Amino acid sequence: MRLHRPARALLLGLAVAAVSGIAANAVARSTDPIIIPITIHFSHYDPAAVTVPVGRPVTFVITNTDPIDHEWIVGDAALHERHRTGTEPFHNARPTEITIPARTERRTTVTFEAPGALQYICHLPGHEAYGMVGTVTITPGG
Amino acid sequence: MRRSPLDQHDRPRRWTRLLLGVPAAAMAVFLAATPALACGGLIGPNGAVNLLQTTTFAGYHDGVEHYVTAFQFAGGGGQFGSITPLPAVPTSVEKGGDWTLQRLVRETSPLFARDAAIASPAASAGAVELMKVKIDALDITVLKGGAADIGTWATAHGFRLPPDAPEVLDFYAQRSPIFLAAAFDADAAKARGQQIGDGTPVHITIPTKNPWVPLRILALGKTGGETVQADVYLLTDRAPALLPVPNGSNGIRLDVSETASDSLLSDLRSDRGMSWIPSSGWLTKVAVDGEAAQIGYDLAVDASGARRPSAIDAGLAMPSTAPLSTPVDVGRIFLALAFVGMGLIGVMLIGRSNSGGRPVAS
Repeated sequence: MRLHRPARALLLGLAVAAVSGIAANAVARSTDPIIIPITIHFSHYDPAAVTVPVGRPVTFVITNTDPIDHEWIVGDAALHERHRTGTEPFHNARPTEITIPARTERRTTVTFEAPGALQYICHLPGHEAYGMVGTVTITPGG
Repeated sequence: MRRSPLDQHDRPRRWTRLLLGVPAAAMAVFLAATPALACGGLIGPNGAVNLLQTTTFAGYHDGVEHYVTAFQFAGGGGQFGSITPLPAVPTSVEKGGDWTLQRLVRETSPLFARDAAIASPAASAGAVELMKVKIDALDITVLKGGAADIGTWATAHGFRLPPDAPEVLDFYAQRSPIFLAAAFDADAAKARGQQIGDGTPVHITIPTKNPWVPLRILALGKTGGETVQADVYLLTDRAPALLPVPNGSNGIRLDVSETASDSLLSDLRSDRGMSWIPSSGWLTKVAVDGEAAQIGYDLAVDASGARRPSAIDAGLAMPSTAPLSTPVDVGRIFLALAFVGMGLIGVMLIGRSNSGGRPVAS
């Protein structure tokens, strides 16, 4: 069956539009944040280990079920060392340093720029020693 | 003015100091209302509870537990506090007698027993405030609520809870939702002229089927290797059965188990609020001396003679208020069914191959 030229043009246009749409959708999906829920219960993180791709925004939804405040501070060893002796009573200025008040939920979006492993820790007195430590493993490639 | 039986025993003044210094604050010290935490010995600057020896008396007679503990003034300023789990709703919280705890220490301490033999023949929003009492520099509130309710109430009232508090509160609230919160105002204590080491005894009267002494709360805020030390005195109508059995290797040790002496009973009876002391009884002293990680239980006491202390009261089992419901995992069910199906097919294939697929050797 032979199609007339206008019909062929129309089909070609539709095909291009479809391919473009699929590609655009794929690009959009790759930049959408990955959602990772973390629950704090009895002063422990659950999960205590997560894996995320480098360069992709990750939204951590952190739910504190405890009747006491907690923190979620993610970073390298040097950052945690500073926080162990830090005096900031409340964190909300940086997406990697969050205070989650008792029985509340907080969301924070972080894009990890390099592969590796970081820890998330609650630096309120005694909490790290009690086991409020988790690990983020950042894998290469999106 | 009444004279303490200890004074009557011509006790040296230094001895008084020592005894007042030893009995400690509370069953559970875990707050500091002031962020600086420079407020004496109960909680250190890192939020940890300092080691203190605690002395508690739990007497049980006619279905009523009489619980006497002391809150010690440890110097400094600001506020400290504690939360004590209770087995049931108390009918009264009042100032305890001045010498009950000291007299019990004297009765069971080898050194002082020898002296005695010479000197004497003998929500929070969700928490419900059930009772509020002020005793000297102590503000005491009896609360009813779940773990989250009590934790929220405590936080809202300036208590700084250590990280293990949510789990420990839940451990207690599942068995008894009654707690006693005590806030100790060190500035008020100083203004009252209280000296470091002076204790404020508190007498809690609790109708209950069996006495029950919270021990796990003593380890609150401590790391697993830290030592927990406390002396628990029991006075019951007959020799009690205890759970866990104090065997020394589990963090608790049975130091004394004997008929209470007439002189002890008489001395205790003469103290404030202690007229309930019966004419005879059995004295038990359990020493808590172990690492915090060991003290994951309470002391259940069966004083009825049945010798069946409750595993639930001891915290070794939890009450089942509702049948255990496990969420149905549809994926696992399908997986299991798939395995069963594959197994059946395998059995059928083997059966077919044995019967017709291959000649049977004969």
